[in-house]
Amino acid sequence: MPKDVAVIGVGQSYFVRGYEGSIRELAFEAFREAMQDAGITTKDVDASVFCSAPEYDKQRSPAGVLAEYLGLIPQPTFYIETVCSSSSTGVKVAYSMIKSGLHDVVVVLGFQKMSEITSAESQERMGRGADIQWEAPFGTMMPAYYALYAQAYMAKNGLTHEDLMNVRLKSATYGQINERAVYRKGVKPEDFDPKNPDARMAGLVAWPLRVGDACANADGSSCVILANAEKAKIFSKKPVWILGIGAASEAVNMASRPDFSKGLSVGYKAAEQAYKMAGVTPKDIKVAEVHDCFTIAEIMAYEGLGFAPMGEGKQLIREKATYKEGPIPVNVDGGLLSKGHPIGATGGSQIRTIVLQLRGEAGPMQVPGEPDIGLVHNVGGVGLYGNVTIFGR
Amino acid sequence: MGFEKFGRKSFTGMTKTGKFVDFLSEGKVEGTVCKKCGARYFPPRADCAACFSSDMDWFEMPKKGSLETFTIAYYAPYGFEKDCPYSMGVVDFGNNLKLFARLSSDLKPEDIKVGMDVSVRPVQYDDGQLSFEIVKV
Repeated sequence: MPKDVAVIGVGQSYFVRGYEGSIRELAFEAFREAMQDAGITTKDVDASVFCSAPEYDKQRSPAGVLAEYLGLIPQPTFYIETVCSSSSTGVKVAYSMIKSGLHDVVVVLGFQKMSEITSAESQERMGRGADIQWEAPFGTMMPAYYALYAQAYMAKNGLTHEDLMNVRLKSATYGQINERAVYRKGVKPEDFDPKNPDARMAGLVAWPLRVGDACANADGSSCVILANAEKAKIFSKKPVWILGIGAASEAVNMASRPDFSKGLSVGYKAAEQAYKMAGVTPKDIKVAEVHDCFTIAEIMAYEGLGFAPMGEGKQLIREKATYKEGPIPVNVDGGLLSKGHPIGATGGSQIRTIVLQLRGEAGPMQVPGEPDIGLVHNVGGVGLYGNVTIFGR
Repeated sequence: MGFEKFGRKSFTGMTKTGKFVDFLSEGKVEGTVCKKCGARYFPPRADCAACFSSDMDWFEMPKKGSLETFTIAYYAPYGFEKDCPYSMGVVDFGNNLKLFARLSSDLKPEDIKVGMDVSVRPVQYDDGQLSFEIVKV
């Protein structure tokens, strides 16, 4: 089990609709918290990596602009993008920068201000995160793509709309106790009932997925500070080590995808690498954050990560196994569904949650039993990119 | 050239596979096949990823496949709102050949089932745009 690179500081802004500030000010919120958490100054930072999905704000080449605002010049800085998994990719790159010996302490900052454009414009941009030559001309969008997976999965594995709803009820349970979440309301089964005229979650977006099956757009930032073993021991009383990292990619066009009922290939390919590197198995994971951009994505992730056999992910939600008190707590911070999904900030926010859990500092969201190993699963696009990262004390 | 005519709204003006649109106007949905190693591609590619050859030929897609999955969009991205609702799906023709497209608008939602036999045909919209769509056999 390698203990070469540690997380020494984490931060996250509140995830909100309509952040009242610019992207540099949004970035500063997560950065300040992570720096204070690490107890270091900007002079201790060797390099910075900025992560977001382009075209939500007007700034081209944001790394230099944000590095200046955060006080991180003249150190080297650059931009990393894998849409929704940008900041976990940033962490992988920063890990490599440190492991190579080139740098000692690297800041990874994820940000996204989605509220500068309308929801329909946002869907159009997200659709163009897929195949613009051969698919976007049909009017594709993220919910429709995930709906293709949901429909195939439901037809083969007996997954029901009620199962999907139960994933949303779980995330809402924890969204209510996470003060940084964008969606803090509770959700009840009647909110999904099409016969109920006030049902907030029942409207169809892309069959079989409904409003309540989709995550919330948000503005937000996240920050993860990584250090080599020597610096981690100097700066941090509770370093959390990166034990394993896996990453994979998949064909962009749906016509080139394997069996849709088996979920996203990047999930299980990245997981296999991360487990192997860390020398652990799915049974060793005490708490996990998975990429629940849609309810179906959480069910598929259970299987891709080996928490449930193929086709049996529904059992975990039926048995409440992924609740805080269950054998494998998943997304107990509200997940993307309730905490919100500010694209470029999401991976770093997931990592922050797991780091706090492993330090025993997750407050009302803390899972019992002093978890020692946690996992983050972060997917970009419709399973175009996937990162799985395993952390340990 | 001419690829702006593809689909409800094209985001690509120029591609070496632009002849695909000419085939649509002739009533054919075609993929590409590598003359050197025989690898077949849909959507079409100008270059073979298997052997690096750029010497490609065209072949007509099979007439019969199975609907692997589908969705019905009740919400559309910017620029597609007028078409709502519309369905899209993936056809599996076997032999590692699949296709993604809209389903024909004359198919009712309740008539669309995973696993049903389907075919594919070109379609021309009122504004002259050319595409292809999935139809029930």
